[in-house]
Amino acid sequence: MDNLMGRYRNVSILAAAIFLQIVGLAIQVKRQEENHSSRLLRVWAVTAVTPLEKGIVRLQSGVGSVWHNYLYLRGVRQENRDLQEKIQKLQLYQVRLEQDAEQARRLQALLGFKEQFIAQTTAAQVIGSSGSEQSRIVYIDKGSNQGIKREMPVISGDGVVGKVIMVFGDTAQVLLISDQSSGVGAILEQSRLQGILKGKASGELVLDKIMSDEDVKPGEKVLTSGGDQIFPKGLPIGTVSKVSTGGQFLQVTLRPAAALTHLEEVLVITQKQEREPSLANGTTPTRAADILAQRLPSVPDKPETPAPVPAQSAAGVQVKPQTLATQNGENPAASRPPSAVPGAAPVSKPPAAAAQDPRAMKTPLTKPAVIPVSKPATPPVQQQTPAAPASETPGDTPQ
Amino acid sequence: VSVSYTSQRQIEVYRFSLPVTILVPLLAVFFQAFLPLKFGFFKFFDLPLLVVIFFAMARRSQLAGLLTGAAIGILQDSLTGPFHHIGMYGIAKTVVGYGASSLGVKLDVENAGTRLLVTVAFYIIHQVLYFTIARGLVGLDLRWSWPHELIAAVANALLGVFLFAVMDRLKQRA
Repeated sequence: MDNLMGRYRNVSILAAAIFLQIVGLAIQVKRQEENHSSRLLRVWAVTAVTPLEKGIVRLQSGVGSVWHNYLYLRGVRQENRDLQEKIQKLQLYQVRLEQDAEQARRLQALLGFKEQFIAQTTAAQVIGSSGSEQSRIVYIDKGSNQGIKREMPVISGDGVVGKVIMVFGDTAQVLLISDQSSGVGAILEQSRLQGILKGKASGELVLDKIMSDEDVKPGEKVLTSGGDQIFPKGLPIGTVSKVSTGGQFLQVTLRPAAALTHLEEVLVITQKQEREPSLANGTTPTRAADILAQRLPSVPDKPETPAPVPAQSAAGVQVKPQTLATQNGENPAASRPPSAVPGAAPVSKPPAAAAQDPRAMKTPLTKPAVIPVSKPATPPVQQQTPAAPASETPGDTPQ
Repeated sequence: VSVSYTSQRQIEVYRFSLPVTILVPLLAVFFQAFLPLKFGFFKFFDLPLLVVIFFAMARRSQLAGLLTGAAIGILQDSLTGPFHHIGMYGIAKTVVGYGASSLGVKLDVENAGTRLLVTVAFYIIHQVLYFTIARGLVGLDLRWSWPHELIAAVANALLGVFLFAVMDRLKQRA
């Protein structure tokens, strides 16, 4: 008997080890909903591995910071100039978006809609992954000690990344949207069709539950719909890369907006606010015309030929003819008629005339806007000049 | 009498110091979790599996092999998400550890060519076991792709040959 036991001892131990693990698996599958059956083991593993990961990531970012900030500065001046130019263009574009947003807020207020705002975020660094192709998760260097909780959405500068699924003291586990077990409420930007975004075993993103008779084209952007009660509405998820039919639903494959395989820094949305936009107190009390006047580059006043009517907006801001369009043809606001600028009174000189002004041609693009702002004696009535929708302005496509 | 390419005298049994026994698997799991973030192609590699094969073949003890496989597999499972249950890698690596140590008794596993073939074989066995557990026991929707698995097996074996040569320096004669 002893001989028999000795002969099969190793096989018996192997069978016992496998059996115990199968029992453990069965328990976990059964208690899947509770999600706590294996927490202790996971805490130990994370505690053993993440300090090393944090140390290396910090060392790497420290060395990288010294290299990029003090040593490798080739092309920085040119890049700076390019970025300054880009900022100017984006500021102009932002003005238009502000106008549209303001109008949307007014309409939402009229209809009693509730908006969700990202009230607070916490920046975190990605320090590790699961190391498995079948489990698409990453670890971040912030945990419950920094206010991170389960189910908090995680985004990057480009788009949605995932959500927090497990929180430890100074670390948290983030389930990427490309994981099989992930699900995000999504909406197509143009067609406004809603579906559920899921990950596949291969790591592809697919938009599910869109009927096969709908028309979805590659290239269309996909945003969060807010229907999952986790992600705020309107965050970019990705772009449609492939559409295939088959069965009741379309197979819409997406290219993610965020670089899910090369994540470095992310933002955890720690607080969301839901409120109704109000007609009286909008989120941006400054009127679109004021923003426009503050941000657009200007030309010096003409000393001669005093204008019969001073160019003043309803807010009391002196609006000057715009010159950017004459320079590079990329100023959307300058090319529109004055009446199309919401809240702005007619200017002393139409943009067409400004375009022919030789001095305007010389105005440097990078020159900061210097516009004298005179406060009106009485507060302007916001509804005095109704805002014109962007679509009403012909040829006013943002660049 | 075991059939082997080597005589019993040529087979040497090795052991490892305690720091090596603990730190090497930990480092393998750490690099497996860290490197794919920096180098996307690294997700094809399975460093913990290579470490299991190396330790099992060097120790040539079935018990030590299966325990090493179980411990490293469970540690690897613990770093995955909650929907990836603990034991999936554990079971697969337990069997691989047992198999590698059994083979180590019979074959000369010091040779680079043998190591390459053994690693390819055990990688495939590991993946078959993992997929069987994932689909059969847990119900995950995984798709088997022979080209993907074969390429990954060869890539792992090539890395394994290099890695085993480095780790040979850590061996101590028992």
